Amino acid sequence: MTTPRPSSPPPLRSSTEERRGDPGQRTPDNHVDHVLGLADDALVSAQRMGWWISRAPQLEEDLALANIGLDLLGQARALLSHAGALEGQGRGEDDLAYWRDERDFRNVKLVERPQEDFGVAMARLLVLSTWQSELYAALQRSTDPVLAAVAAKAAKEVAYHHDHATRWVLRLGDGTPESHARMQAALDAEWPWIEELFDESHLDPALVTDGVAVAPSSLREPVLRRLGDVVRSATLEVPDVPARVPGGRAGLHTEHLGRMLAEMQHLTRSHPGATW
Amino acid sequence: MYGNDFSAPDGPRPATDAGPGPDEPASFLAVLAEEGRIEPRDEMPEAYRRTLVRQIAQHAHSEIIGMQPEGNWISRAPSLRRKGILMAKVQDEAGHGLYLYAAAETLGVDRADLLDQLHDGRQKYSSIFNYPTLTWADMGAIGWLVDGAAIVNQVPLCRCSFGPYARAMVRVCKEESFHQRQGFEILHTLSHGTPAQRAMAQDAVDRYWWPSLMMFGPTDTGPDASAGHTAQSMAWGIKRFSNDELRQRFIDMTVPQAEALGLTLPDPELRWNDERGHYDHGRIDFTELFEVIKGNGPCNAERMAHRVRAHEDGAWVREAAEAYAAKRTQEQEHVA
Amino acid sequence: MRTREPLWEVFVRSRRGLNHVHVGSLHAPDAEMALRNARDVYTRRQEGVSLWVVPATAITASSPEERDAFFDPAADKIYRHPTFYDVPEGVEHL
Repeated sequence: MTTPRPSSPPPLRSSTEERRGDPGQRTPDNHVDHVLGLADDALVSAQRMGWWISRAPQLEEDLALANIGLDLLGQARALLSHAGALEGQGRGEDDLAYWRDERDFRNVKLVERPQEDFGVAMARLLVLSTWQSELYAALQRSTDPVLAAVAAKAAKEVAYHHDHATRWVLRLGDGTPESHARMQAALDAEWPWIEELFDESHLDPALVTDGVAVAPSSLREPVLRRLGDVVRSATLEVPDVPARVPGGRAGLHTEHLGRMLAEMQHLTRSHPGATW
Repeated sequence: MYGNDFSAPDGPRPATDAGPGPDEPASFLAVLAEEGRIEPRDEMPEAYRRTLVRQIAQHAHSEIIGMQPEGNWISRAPSLRRKGILMAKVQDEAGHGLYLYAAAETLGVDRADLLDQLHDGRQKYSSIFNYPTLTWADMGAIGWLVDGAAIVNQVPLCRCSFGPYARAMVRVCKEESFHQRQGFEILHTLSHGTPAQRAMAQDAVDRYWWPSLMMFGPTDTGPDASAGHTAQSMAWGIKRFSNDELRQRFIDMTVPQAEALGLTLPDPELRWNDERGHYDHGRIDFTELFEVIKGNGPCNAERMAHRVRAHEDGAWVREAAEAYAAKRTQEQEHVA
Repeated sequence: MRTREPLWEVFVRSRRGLNHVHVGSLHAPDAEMALRNARDVYTRRQEGVSLWVVPATAITASSPEERDAFFDPAADKIYRHPTFYDVPEGVEHL
């Protein structure tokens, strides 16, 4: 995974709006953007999960969350490398992870907000892993063979994440009155961000037609059904809250992402051209 | 990682130093004599049991507190490869803590009680983790020097007379060698990198060298020997070598590695002594170590606060899991 | 409230064809979590293909005091071992 680093930071890409070709016409850039979106979902999630190592409610959970973070990081690395290869400008995983600014990140906003409450972390992991498991199941048949291979490996990983999140949501929902209330509050906090997962406004339809990508809207029904099943088994209620506006896939993020990236990228950017 | 099993000279002595006496059962002495392993249900002197509980618990505490200085850099690791390695390493430390608590629990104590004793300061952890990790190069120095010292300390513990501790250490040592190598690799990359990276590497080695030597504990041989429990622990087969022997072994191993890295060790008196067949080194000033042990190190308060906060913030989760389990048990009893 | 999660003993089958072997223990609130914790704690380096978790309290162990009565009587039954028997030279597959 080591790619030669440019001796100076690569020029930042222009924004998506300028690069995107005519709608409906599959361009290499749109393909790159799509893969970057999935890569950034995994990378940002891994970064947030890393916070938990040394802070989990029990020692066993420190190990479990680290495993999940490592899986997500592995997915991010494979997808970023693939995006870099598709782009064909010699950028590797680290160039993409460390030298893009906030406006060039393509992740959904679900994953970028801090998650320093265990209930929130598990609610979000439940949503993410449910969506990812449906997504990767379908992407295993992608006409992009690299994407299909990454999806096949990731599908097993996210199945375990889903299992883990489900068990905790059940325990917290049907545990003590306090945990029930906190778990419900966590669901209420995460639910407005779910709809963005199914938003198609920033996906080139040609990618779906060509069998590269999965239509995000097609995942809506199975994801919401599975989420509802877990939530109700946990004696909780499916939140009835309005969805937040999408935008992450177009680089329109919450204010949290910039701070997260500032921390993540500062060392690398302080030493342009260095190898680590 | 390693827990120091010693205290400041003016601090309270651990109340476990009952000498060998009439309470050492013949069966226990027979096992020790043939270099066998004592197992949890075997007869053993109370002082042996207490010494082990204290030492294993401190070792376990060191592993979990040791997650923090490196955890400090997970969010800022300079490449994704390094980030993954660091996450896996800190995760291993949680695992090592867990194996060790489990070994202590075979002696009839409960992990929750041991954690309470860590949280309220009754039990200690290795002072090395009270130093801050100021730069990325500290990840290298900790892996190479701190884990290197830990390995030298821990390899003999794989032959410790207490079976569960020895078995836990076998597992820990296997995993630990990855830790030392990745640390060496970080420093090697930095020392062959840009001038700024090289300076970062040298600075980290300068800061971590002496604290690493102190991880072996105070001098326990020769005229400067401080009173410790080395002799008793050696008689019981818990400790196999003196602090000074292990420290010397570490120095002899490390000096050539520093040369390979192209970094210097901050001791002008460090040189090969042909006659002894070992490296001579400068006098170790334990004053600072004892200050750190007493709680006055650079990060003592922060490490404890982080640990206690994680524990307290997780209480509602543990309570929920317990309540959920109790409900399921009740349901099953109803059905039955 | 003070929680005391039960202790579980963990057994790992390292590959197909081998017995499950005791590898250590861990804490978990219930069996489901114990099994998953065992996966995360004890099989991070591909150490296993199958796991058992058993509540530590469910294990009945022989005690050291019983050791002589339990195990010494087997010591003189050397005729149970094939090496006890002489086989004439040249006889194979026996």
